Amino acid sequence: MRGLAILFFLLLPGLSAGEEVVLGLSRDKVSITTSFDGSEILIFGAVKRESPIPDGEPLEVLITVAGPSQPVTVRRKDRWFGIWVNADAVEVDRAPSFYAVATTAPVPEVLTNTEDLRHKITIDRAIRSVGAPGTVSDAASFTEAIIRIRRANGLYQLLEGQVVLDQQTLFRTAIKMPANLTEGFYATRIFLTRGGQVVSSYETAIDVRKVGLERWLFGLSREQPMLYGLMSLAIAIAAGWGASAVFRLLRN
Amino acid sequence: MQIYLPIAEVSVNAFLLLGLGGLVGILSGMFGVGGGFLMTPLLFFIGIPPAVAVATEANQIVASSFSGVLAHFKRKTVDLKMGTVLLVGGLAGAALGVVVFNYLKSIGQVDLLVRLCYVAFLGVVGALMFIESLNAIRKSRKAGGSPPAARRQRTWVHALPFKMRFRTSGLYISVIPPLIVGVLVGILAAIMGVGGGFIMVPAMIYILGMPTKVVVGTSLFQIIFVTGFTTMLHATTNYTVDIVLAVLLLIGGVVGAQIGTRIGVKMKAEQLRILLALMVLAVCGKLALDLLLQPVELYSLGVAGGH
Repeated sequence: MRGLAILFFLLLPGLSAGEEVVLGLSRDKVSITTSFDGSEILIFGAVKRESPIPDGEPLEVLITVAGPSQPVTVRRKDRWFGIWVNADAVEVDRAPSFYAVATTAPVPEVLTNTEDLRHKITIDRAIRSVGAPGTVSDAASFTEAIIRIRRANGLYQLLEGQVVLDQQTLFRTAIKMPANLTEGFYATRIFLTRGGQVVSSYETAIDVRKVGLERWLFGLSREQPMLYGLMSLAIAIAAGWGASAVFRLLRN
Repeated sequence: MQIYLPIAEVSVNAFLLLGLGGLVGILSGMFGVGGGFLMTPLLFFIGIPPAVAVATEANQIVASSFSGVLAHFKRKTVDLKMGTVLLVGGLAGAALGVVVFNYLKSIGQVDLLVRLCYVAFLGVVGALMFIESLNAIRKSRKAGGSPPAARRQRTWVHALPFKMRFRTSGLYISVIPPLIVGVLVGILAAIMGVGGGFIMVPAMIYILGMPTKVVVGTSLFQIIFVTGFTTMLHATTNYTVDIVLAVLLLIGGVVGAQIGTRIGVKMKAEQLRILLALMVLAVCGKLALDLLLQPVELYSLGVAGGH
């Protein structure tokens, strides 16, 4: 019995440390330029091993990409004198602005609930809701609404079976990011699981930034709003005047 | 060609924006209206957030009115004194409008306010124009003669204190009515992102009794400053002025206006007005339906804290 336990403990670290992720990203920076229209990121890598591939449960891979988390106010419309107006509001404490989960197989097959809870892997776990005001009895439906709306906008994606795993060693997936991205660091995590248990994980970040003119205009509008406002007026007047002058010249 | 708007934070087709600007420009050239009241709802329809649409449209109106007012200055058809009085009221109104706008934004009701204002004003203005131009067409078919000139009457406007002489307009009236007109138009400019010409021009003619030839120039003069002030207020408190969006709409708008003016010359005034009335009513109907029908998605997301 004691021998078995020792054997077990000897095996355990071998199992978890024996498989490690070596990662590649097609790009670790996403630049939001004037012509930005979404981006596709190729995430690929290999499982590094010192020993041969262990027998038993097959290796599975989960990849998550999460945008910066922000508090979100969710409002629900209600009928009021015949028209639909915003009535109840719930503030959700933390919701990632973008979240994609890609896996090699359906989530229940590759991940246990406990492991999901511990590592906050699926979309439901990544959102944290705080107490709703007393007037709202169904706070959960507000959290569901975030997931539903953002999924419809392509901001939340569940890509089951979209990770390709060759020879239990090489994996790759492509994640499409839509045009309406929030700036910040997008935490990218790779989990290797066997029998629903996480055996190894790896984390890196993709930097999403407005660049060039976009960066400059956005920064100016927040830091020097007065100057930005005056500049907007001046540019608009000049453009309007210029366009009509050009048109007059063309006519003559 | 997709273009990413830095403040609106959405990616839209640049040619769609140029086209929209051009379309509204053609209409404003044909009908001699600013077009803000059509452009702002169209921006809602293509997915620009209402707060950005309203602030950016104010910016665009400044620019499109600027070349117009220069032409009127050349013809000396701007009543500067009347314009200044209207402007004082307008600035106060715009400040008030932005305060209301920001308060409603913080409680999540700004979209409702903007849409309700649009439904109400487009509905009333569209219906009035439609009836009036139908009557005009009927009359011109019956008689063929010119309609009798409106007689200037002594109304309550002439009984108020604080009288002032407005030489260019040839008026000696109290400053209170123009101030009130200015305040109302200022509020509209801030909340709806319009110049307010479609309210101010009739008010100047029928309430203040100004001669028609100075009305357009004076209202343009006032509009430039009020919408300029509104732009600054939105830019400094809401950060919602999108300069890229404004410039694209403007370029389309200026070119469209030139084409529209030429089409307008070839058409009859009553027909033009009926067309415009129908268009205004159509936009109003679409906005009203959005409010009345149960939305597909009852929930909406906003940034917490309102800022």
